[in-house]
Amino acid sequence: MTEVIKVANLQQGYGKRIILNDINLNINNGDILGLIGPSGAGKTTLVSTIMGMLKPKQGTVTVLGTPMPNRKLLGRIGYMAQTDALYSVLTARENLTFFGEMQGMSKAELQKQIPYATGIVNLNDDLDKYVKDYSGGMKRRLSLAIALLADPELLILDEPTVGIDPELRQQIWKELHRLADEGKTILLTTHVMEDAEQSSYLMMIRGGRAIAQGTPDDLISQYHVNSVEEVFLQAGRDQDAHASND
Amino acid sequence: MRTLAMIRRVFREMLRDKRTLALMFIAPLFILSLVYFLFQGNTTTTASLATRNVDSSMVTAIKNKHITIHDVSSDKSAKTIIREHDYAGMLSQNGDKLTLTLANTDQSKSAVIKQSLQAAQAKLKGQVAATTIKTQAQALQKMQAALGAATHTPVNATADAGNLKAKLGSTSYTTKTHYLYGSKDSTFFNTLLPIMMGFVVFFFVFLISGIALLRERTTGTLYRLLATPVKRGEIISGYLCGYGAFAFIQTLLIVLFTMYVFKIQILGSIWLVLLINVLLAMVALTLGLLISTFASSEFQMIQFIPIVAIPQIFFAGIIPISSLPGWLQPVSYIMPLYYGASSMSAVVQKGVGFMNVLPNLSILLLFAAVFLVLNLLTMRKYRQV
Ligand SMILES: Nc1ncnc2c1ncn2[C@@H]1O[C@H](COP(=O)(O)OP(=O)(O)O)[C@@H](O)[C@H]1O
Ligand SMILES: [Mg+2]
Repeated sequence: MTEVIKVANLQQGYGKRIILNDINLNINNGDILGLIGPSGAGKTTLVSTIMGMLKPKQGTVTVLGTPMPNRKLLGRIGYMAQTDALYSVLTARENLTFFGEMQGMSKAELQKQIPYATGIVNLNDDLDKYVKDYSGGMKRRLSLAIALLADPELLILDEPTVGIDPELRQQIWKELHRLADEGKTILLTTHVMEDAEQSSYLMMIRGGRAIAQGTPDDLISQYHVNSVEEVFLQAGRDQDAHASND
Repeated sequence: MRTLAMIRRVFREMLRDKRTLALMFIAPLFILSLVYFLFQGNTTTTASLATRNVDSSMVTAIKNKHITIHDVSSDKSAKTIIREHDYAGMLSQNGDKLTLTLANTDQSKSAVIKQSLQAAQAKLKGQVAATTIKTQAQALQKMQAALGAATHTPVNATADAGNLKAKLGSTSYTTKTHYLYGSKDSTFFNTLLPIMMGFVVFFFVFLISGIALLRERTTGTLYRLLATPVKRGEIISGYLCGYGAFAFIQTLLIVLFTMYVFKIQILGSIWLVLLINVLLAMVALTLGLLISTFASSEFQMIQFIPIVAIPQIFFAGIIPISSLPGWLQPVSYIMPLYYGASSMSAVVQKGVGFMNVLPNLSILLLFAAVFLVLNLLTMRKYRQV
């Protein structure tokens, strides 16, 4: 087992405003980390910091043994942004090819990987349609295919399941589990409990702090409840109680 | 490699966006035509030109459908002759000195006469050059024939060339132009054209590249791009080459259009005109990309036009810089278009060479370089490495 993501005493923010405080995290390869929390909690900010798009204000972030930020390392990360960032006048295939080339893939690799990545998200039949004619869900799936394209060691998916129907969601989860079994590492953010339950490790963020973290089973037994959802609610109440005590 | 992929993408996007293509290639021609018709006046005007003692070869060369020529022999002053007969101008010759007097009450007529005279001189020069070459070739043949026959026929090549020169008249006239009203600067379209050429290139490249990068910012694709190992420099150079290519085609189109449709004579090198325009386009590109950082929507980008683009045209030489109020003159030195347009005017109207415009071109290059570096810096906002 190797350590893939290590975050130590991270403080992060924009300008003078502090968004995240005291974040500590260790993820090994083969893990699926679910980052869960209400919107505005700072999930995207944490993800951006782990990718090295933002420099930590304080603390350190190490990914695949390399201190972040580091431009070259981005070639080993497959990323899906929270908002679909696609070129609408290009076709899906052209989008895949372009982002693949940017990721550093060769023509041969692209030829092999495009059918694989689009197969997982059921887009094979719409590959040569313009993205402007895509529905919201199709765009989401294309974004996911772009993240999967280079067969990266680390997948970082920001709200990957929004707008995806239950059947396809199941198919995607099956693939994510298969990748994790292969030793790939996956970090995803979500505010959906079903996604949280599928993760092998959970980190709950609320108001910029990690209010609970551990494997789902550990958390459930630690909080003496029956589901991940109840863990989250209980941890939230504890945080509020703590704050009013101060 | 990544830069190439960027360029390919820019091309695809451009070619599929017919409106933007039209804006890039047709709108500039439309604007130039408008300026042409506004300032050239009625192009069907014919100007009447009096000639006195002018070589017949010259008169023939001047003749075209916009000019009626009246040969005069009266030795009254040009001013009087023009006044009496209401001619648009008078051309008189003394040795190889030509004196052109223009009434200049109608600037479009003055322009017609001046253009015709310029064209005539160019034509004569060309003819002489051609015939000189021909005579030399003939002489060479004669010489060879003579040598072959081993006879002693005298070879008369130089004499032939001399005769020919006499027949065609002097090749290098010196022309002096007088104006009864106004001055040479009153020929507005000729002054305006090089400036407008520079301006339309600047304006459209600025607008289109700026909006393209802006769209990339607002749709999040720029951020997504920076989440790959691409260098910021590769993104910018992809933009520069991609849009630069379109800017080059645009420039080529504009230059050819002015040459063949407006029949404007470019006295200097056409390559130099293209070079100046391409440099201007580079400045516009880098500035457009930079300005797009400060806009958060297409509408805001448009709001920058009156601030960034329009003032340039006032300092580009339409109004001579020396006639501006003293405190305002230095402002022109921070306007890229000032350097571009004054070089263009010099090349188009005065035919100056590369070395003369080199200082201006270097300054344009410097502008582009500074904007480029600022672009690289502002992209740090999205990815801090
Ligand atoms: N680029 C930014 N500049 C300033 N503040 C930001 C920026 N991005 C996010 N924020 C703020 O940071 C906080 C956390 O945002 P985010 O990380 O996007 O939350 P989440 O992804 O959990 O919904 C929010 O209050 C948001 O307003
Ligand atoms: Mg988010």
